[in-house]
Amino acid sequence: MDIFIQQLVNGVVLGSIYALVALGYTMVYGILGLINFAHGDLVMVGALSALALLKVCLAVGLGLPASLALATLGAVLLCGGLGVLIERVAYRPLRSAPKLAPLITAIGVSILIEYGAAMIWSKQYLALPPVIQSTTWQLAGAAITDLQVAIVVMASVLMAGLLWLIRATPLGVAMRATEQNAEVAGLMGIDTHRVIAITFLIGSGLAALAGIMVLLYYGVAHYFMGFMLGLKAFTAAVLGGIGSVPGAMLGGLLLGLIESLGAGYVGELTGGVFGSNYRDVFAFIVLILVLVLRPAGLLGTASGERA
Amino acid sequence: MNLPQRIAQWWVHGQTWPGASWTRRLLVVVALALLPFLLEAVAGRAWVRIADIALIYAMLAVGLNLVVGFAGLLDLGYVAFFAVGAYAYGLLASPQFGIHASFLLLLPLGAIAAACFGVLLGAPTLKLRGDYLAIVTLGFGEIIRIFLNNLNQPVNITNGPQGVTLIDPLLLGSFSFGKPHSMLGVTVAPVHAYFYLLVCMVALSMLVARRLQNSRIGRAWAAIREDETAARAMGIDTRNLKLLAFALGATFGGVAGGLFAAVQGFVSPESFTLQESVMILCMVVLGGMGHVAGVVLGAIVLTALPEALRVVGPLQKAAFGHVWIDPADLRMMLFGLALIVMMRWRPAGMWPAPGWARRTPSAVGSKPQVAARGRDDAP
Amino acid sequence: MTLLEARGIAKRFGGVNALDGVSLAIGKGQIYGLIGPNGAGKTTFFNCLTGLYRHDAGRFWLDGVELDTRSPDRVVKSGIARTFQNIRLFAGLSVLENVMVGRHARSGVGALGAVLDTRAFRAEETAVRARALELLGYVGLQARRDEPARNLPYGDQRRLEIARALATDPRLLALDEPAAGMNATETAVLRTLLERIRADGVTLLLIEHDVKLVMGLCDRVAVLDFGQLVIEGEPDTVRRDPAVIAAYLGATVGDAP
Repeated sequence: MDIFIQQLVNGVVLGSIYALVALGYTMVYGILGLINFAHGDLVMVGALSALALLKVCLAVGLGLPASLALATLGAVLLCGGLGVLIERVAYRPLRSAPKLAPLITAIGVSILIEYGAAMIWSKQYLALPPVIQSTTWQLAGAAITDLQVAIVVMASVLMAGLLWLIRATPLGVAMRATEQNAEVAGLMGIDTHRVIAITFLIGSGLAALAGIMVLLYYGVAHYFMGFMLGLKAFTAAVLGGIGSVPGAMLGGLLLGLIESLGAGYVGELTGGVFGSNYRDVFAFIVLILVLVLRPAGLLGTASGERA
Repeated sequence: MNLPQRIAQWWVHGQTWPGASWTRRLLVVVALALLPFLLEAVAGRAWVRIADIALIYAMLAVGLNLVVGFAGLLDLGYVAFFAVGAYAYGLLASPQFGIHASFLLLLPLGAIAAACFGVLLGAPTLKLRGDYLAIVTLGFGEIIRIFLNNLNQPVNITNGPQGVTLIDPLLLGSFSFGKPHSMLGVTVAPVHAYFYLLVCMVALSMLVARRLQNSRIGRAWAAIREDETAARAMGIDTRNLKLLAFALGATFGGVAGGLFAAVQGFVSPESFTLQESVMILCMVVLGGMGHVAGVVLGAIVLTALPEALRVVGPLQKAAFGHVWIDPADLRMMLFGLALIVMMRWRPAGMWPAPGWARRTPSAVGSKPQVAARGRDDAP
Repeated sequence: MTLLEARGIAKRFGGVNALDGVSLAIGKGQIYGLIGPNGAGKTTFFNCLTGLYRHDAGRFWLDGVELDTRSPDRVVKSGIARTFQNIRLFAGLSVLENVMVGRHARSGVGALGAVLDTRAFRAEETAVRARALELLGYVGLQARRDEPARNLPYGDQRRLEIARALATDPRLLALDEPAAGMNATETAVLRTLLERIRADGVTLLLIEHDVKLVMGLCDRVAVLDFGQLVIEGEPDTVRRDPAVIAAYLGATVGDAP
């Protein structure tokens, strides 16, 4: 039972991170109908750039809170800018091209970012300096750290903010209008290029924040970390219903739980034939199952809310 | 017509090279027969080996082109089928299980195994939007590697990260490709023998691909690539035809995998990474999607590229006293850049399919609107 | 003799009844017009008939046999072909290739036959090409056969789409606004073509906004409004029906200065 609750806690933390990344996939997919393969790599850029900035800030003698804040700000700005740049340079010229072209471009962008990062930050696993002291609480037999709580709270606040933005602001209306029908939205005076750029900006900023959470949680970052994370976040988006913002949140959370519990129990369930080294397989199985059983996802219906 | 004009015709207008004839074909055969010896004399035996590998990649590129170029589906985990073929051969023709089956049995077996994986993966995915296939194959490429890496316990099947070693060379009757042979006073080393075999296999693959392309099946694939809804309304069972393209592509991968295992003598999960899939995709995109000869050229050029990039390391060392960019990483960056640049400025590839130029849109420009997502279409 | 019978066809999108129990019967050799205001459900009816949408209720019979609309290719094999409101050609393929694709459902050699280059495969290829060329001649596009479809002028694209549909050997040809965007001359040419197709034994079902064309060409006309059949009958009867004038023609007359 203790293990169960522990895995539940881990799953919620993991799920919050997946959800943040899934939002980026689902927003871009909703508005452009494009799987932005480079999105996972922005998480990696967020983590590695934040780590580099954090080290610099600490080295010049800034305090931990100030360093962390600066590193976060820097990483979010960098990723946001990078996201907008990618959209402008790589995807926008291909709006009227055959569907295969932006997909191939997206995988090209992903590879370019990964190996660009390898060039800048090397291919080593880079460790976070031991500056974050986390307190551990015992709850119903499970250990919970304040860092875990902070991640879940932060992610929830960000997601609530995004929902508010989409539902209650003029920008959100413009985004939903563009998603419904870009041509008509353009005729109604909405600058759809700008709306799409803002979508990339927000999605990439969230990716950077997710990257920082991963960095703090696991204590390491790596040039290839965005690949598997991106794949899982996309699975989460499909699970929730691609194009649906609440769906991405639900899908992320569910996938985190499935993966944690799956990895925790797979050894017992299969009599030791499969171990937790197969944890990355769960997301894939979920993806295939969703595509077979409910391709629209849990919250995705033809008339469902999208953003 | 003089040579520059011919080249201009071929490059700008995408026409076939003028003057195809039997004499030219004969010249090609003679040139290919002499090539490994020339290559060895000029650049050393290592280059003959590189040529062998290039030919295996050419087979892979032709296979992936069926999926990407003909049917317009994006497969980002193509190397998984290559792995299935390679391990099928490696496991059943090596001391791993003490089985030494004939390759005449194992190549078809590997092909069928790869095709089965293709169908298993494609069947749930291909009835949905085309781009789901991209992400599912991307995931599958990684998953298969996880299995290859970890299926050494509790029962040792794949021998884990160490891979399978001492794989049997091909044996055709009493002719072993693993030993040197003396013929007409010339010594034919294994690399040479494999070269000839692989040239034949590539030629066969190209023939199969070309015949498919110019058939009812190839036309249906082209229709699906151009407009899936219209293709459906023309009586094409799009799901089955997409599945056929995907399974046939996988079959090519499986056969190439078996040959790869035999040529190399060992296989390990390291040969089947995402980077390999991206490289094969690059061969197709750079060579010219939908153009069989183009993707073969793309495969040859891109296999030679790392060898050419090898000088980059020492060059940096000489210039900066430090290696900033690892040549292997530089290669991947160039691949990524190439995919972006090609899609933007030359989507038909370096060597476009004949008649492609007439197919370019008269006005290439971005309309201020989002790509149509076919809201009026069937679900 | 009835060729196509639709009974109680219904299709719902979310809370909207796009089609609300539409029943109609089209006789063999007729030119049958389907008219109605925008959003009346005409194209939805086409999509249900041709298997692109799955309708929620109702059934179709073609020549007395129930139509299997579970997938578009089955519908085509049964003998119904269609064109699209916003022309959907295979833009990158040549004019000839477009029509050859239309022969897909009427030919059968598979991948193996093509790879082995069998006698049957060659014979079939020759036949497909010959039939496609014949159809291009029929619509007057033979001279442009090697051009990519996207280079054709608008009117030619419409006719190519009709040739491609005819290549499937349909008994019923369903045309979604064939005259949309055409000038008077092009419409006249189209009208001649449609009459010739009918004379060659193909029944026609067309959605059309050009009232003059519909009234002059069609043997029978059905009016849809809000997903329901308002009236069905001969053009003259329909034209005088008060409900039609209110729903559709009335608006046109009322708008005229």
